[in-house]
Amino acid sequence: MATAEATIQSGTTAGSKTGLWSWITTVDHKRIGIMYAVTALVWFLVGGLEALLIRIQLAKPENDFLSADVYNQIFTMHGTTMIFLVGMPIAVALFNYIVPLQIGARDVAFPRLNALSYWIYLFGGIFMNVSFLLGAAPNMGWFGYTPLTTEMYSPGLNADFWSVGLQILGIASIMGGVNFITTIINLRAPGMTLMRMPLFTWMALVQSFLVITALPVFAVALFFLSFDRFYGTTFYNTMAGGDPFLWQHLFWIFGHPEVYILILPAFGIISDVLPSFTRKPLFGYNMVVYSGVLIGFIGWGVWAHHMFATGMGPIADSFFSIATLIIAIPTGVKIFNWLATMWGGTIRFNTPMLFCIALVAMFTIGGISGVHHGSPPADLHQTDTYYVVAHFHYVLFGGLIMGLFAGFYYWFPKVTGRMLDEKLGKWNFWLFVIGSNMTFFPMHFAGLLGMPRRIFTYAEELNLATINQIITVGGFLTGVGVLVFAWNVIRSLKKGEIAGNNPWGSHTLEWATTSPPPEYNFAELPEIRTREPLWDGISSVDVTGPPKAPIHMPSPSFWPILTAASINLALILMMTEKWWPPVLGVALVLLCVINWAYEPASEH
Amino acid sequence: MADNRSGAAHEVAHQEHGHPGARTYIMVALVLTIITAAEVAVAYVPSLRPVLAYILITLSAAKFALVVMYYMHLKFDSRIFSGVFLAPFSLALLVVVALVILFKLIPFV
Amino acid sequence: MNHAAAASSDHHYTATGLNTFKLGFWTLIGSESLFFASLISTYMVYKGESVRGPFPSDVFNIPLTSFSTFVLLMSSLMMVLALAAVQRGDRKGSLLWLFMTALFGSIFLGCQAYEFTHFYHAGLTLGTNVFGSSFFILTGFHGAHVLMGVIWLLILWVQALRGQLGAKDALTVEVAGLYWHFVDIVWIAIFTLIYLLD
Repeated sequence: MATAEATIQSGTTAGSKTGLWSWITTVDHKRIGIMYAVTALVWFLVGGLEALLIRIQLAKPENDFLSADVYNQIFTMHGTTMIFLVGMPIAVALFNYIVPLQIGARDVAFPRLNALSYWIYLFGGIFMNVSFLLGAAPNMGWFGYTPLTTEMYSPGLNADFWSVGLQILGIASIMGGVNFITTIINLRAPGMTLMRMPLFTWMALVQSFLVITALPVFAVALFFLSFDRFYGTTFYNTMAGGDPFLWQHLFWIFGHPEVYILILPAFGIISDVLPSFTRKPLFGYNMVVYSGVLIGFIGWGVWAHHMFATGMGPIADSFFSIATLIIAIPTGVKIFNWLATMWGGTIRFNTPMLFCIALVAMFTIGGISGVHHGSPPADLHQTDTYYVVAHFHYVLFGGLIMGLFAGFYYWFPKVTGRMLDEKLGKWNFWLFVIGSNMTFFPMHFAGLLGMPRRIFTYAEELNLATINQIITVGGFLTGVGVLVFAWNVIRSLKKGEIAGNNPWGSHTLEWATTSPPPEYNFAELPEIRTREPLWDGISSVDVTGPPKAPIHMPSPSFWPILTAASINLALILMMTEKWWPPVLGVALVLLCVINWAYEPASEH
Repeated sequence: MADNRSGAAHEVAHQEHGHPGARTYIMVALVLTIITAAEVAVAYVPSLRPVLAYILITLSAAKFALVVMYYMHLKFDSRIFSGVFLAPFSLALLVVVALVILFKLIPFV
Repeated sequence: MNHAAAASSDHHYTATGLNTFKLGFWTLIGSESLFFASLISTYMVYKGESVRGPFPSDVFNIPLTSFSTFVLLMSSLMMVLALAAVQRGDRKGSLLWLFMTALFGSIFLGCQAYEFTHFYHAGLTLGTNVFGSSFFILTGFHGAHVLMGVIWLLILWVQALRGQLGAKDALTVEVAGLYWHFVDIVWIAIFTLIYLLD
């Protein structure tokens, strides 16, 4: 059985295929990466808009801009969107584009599976947001605690959309995780040993392990919830012996590794960007790798620190508290490694570097308030206040978003062949830094003064108005920063300075090939001998130019999009509350998968 | 690691790993059957009730190990396969043990 | 079930010398163990929490389940024999053992269908109590996996029948086998933790 493959003969130019159909059937990791990035950035705008609506509502006491119910939908969808439709997929977008280039591969291990993940994600995201059109967006908070989410307390469609939508997105993530693990282990170029891999690829590997282990637990928790709602099971029904804590435990067993799923890609980005802009290798490469792996494993043993306020008792509280405090150590190790990399370097303050510096500073602040929550007595006072909101926005905006933007500015030239504008980039940076600190720092005080999270308004006598006004102004400044970025991208696509192969003088393999790279990435690759191949002799001359031998690339396929549609359909049909429609849906999936497996092959 | 194995060379390497033959497979099946019979039997012995859980978990762990090592070839295959399976599997064990402790033991301490 | 990917990576260079499809599948199995671990722990957490019957001791039929456990264990033996036959290029052997594996899997499914019907008549449904919910969903997901395996094996069997399953496809069969044995080890855990321990 031969594979569906197209052969690129020497001399043919890649990337000549255009048009909508070529994007729908593409299995090229670079195109899929671009589609992931564009889709996730659209959701980023949606999620950002939701954040601004929240801020308008809270700008003055007893505001009636949003009703309580709409407010619930907006903050739930803000959290859900930012985590599942933005945070995870943007990392996946960068993995898709960059990881195969960094390890010297021609594509990911399973190109069609990669396309399938994307289409499931796209359809799943659309499905969840369609709920707005029905006026029934999820409205119970992004961690959907039972029994609030059970039929009795959430009779509407809102929680249905949430449980089915996240189930769909989880499948896309798991398949992506399997794909990246296999790619990174198996498709490295000759000489690219594990301990020579760029840090971004390393963190992609650790993150993918977390994805394939944490997401199945969430899938089970969500199946229980869906079955409770649609088929009358009693998992979270206290009257039949069910225990709402089961949801909390299953959710946070997923939910805490999820935090590291979100942040590790940003750690990878900064660890690759810093050496480029300080002109020296990463300080303590091994320690950064090991601490990343350690974070991954310890991250699995701390979930119940989200539940200190539920009264688990002193034994469980102590255990999870100690584990939580321990995880600060490997995280601190990384911070010091980054600082030591900058120390004594020839630093160039380009936009990617600026975002990295902001990451180090803001993530440290968020990390320290995280240690506060790690102590149960302190946490009891902070739970469900804005102090917690401040904490996770410092780690997620200050850590994840700053890291991702560093990545955008850093890799945009590789993807498009043009530089993003530095001047606009600096506007973007300063608006982000000032705006986000103005937004999230006062939240610490609002929280300590007793302002609860997820409350749609507050009384004037509480004296919270000034703080909230400052926060709202900060939020809008951040929003302007996003607009500047969007303008920068649109403008630079046409008018940006031509980048060349390696505009930053970086050290990793993706910079050796052309910008943008040809469909097959590298014409050929010499053996990799060091961690910084481009600083140690490998140059563009070695890897570009017409391929000397024919290169086999996977053929486009329309089965991924059809399979994705049928997987979505099968899960959505659960909402009929009958058993046979989803079974029919699964049969359809099976049909697609069989056709996929036996897709007609072209001999080569 | 850098050697560029051709398909044929790979095939040879595969043979050298040497998956066990039918004889071993049948022996394993026999042991599996005996262990299963033993499991069912001990479940019916009232005097073993206090230690039943330990016996049963040990026996089923043995069955699990036999299938994974012989039928799934992890004993003979590359360590990398064992790694990508056992890392998540150890977390799976952690989930079961932790949840049982959290729900069944700690509330009664 | 990505046969094409299996075939393609077989003759491609890989960093570890390992087949990409097989490596990806082992990763997927790792992921699946977390899925079943969550289902099994839920059953164990809810053991003895049901507020009304039927309870496990009212409905479990250990002799029947021991039989179906034995059948599934033996199907794993058939599966390795099928793989060995495919690797030798023994068409008759491949046909026989693939069919036997699928048949034993089907017998297991038959036992499960009988068991579910019996429980249903004894008054245990999905919504009766937490025992019913956690039991049916756990064994139901496992049964669905067995069903997928049977379908996969039958597809391979048809391929063998048409003379299209040779030694070059050994890897595809090996991966189908990995799936099958995984479903078997999940059942080993279920049989002990759910049926025998109470």
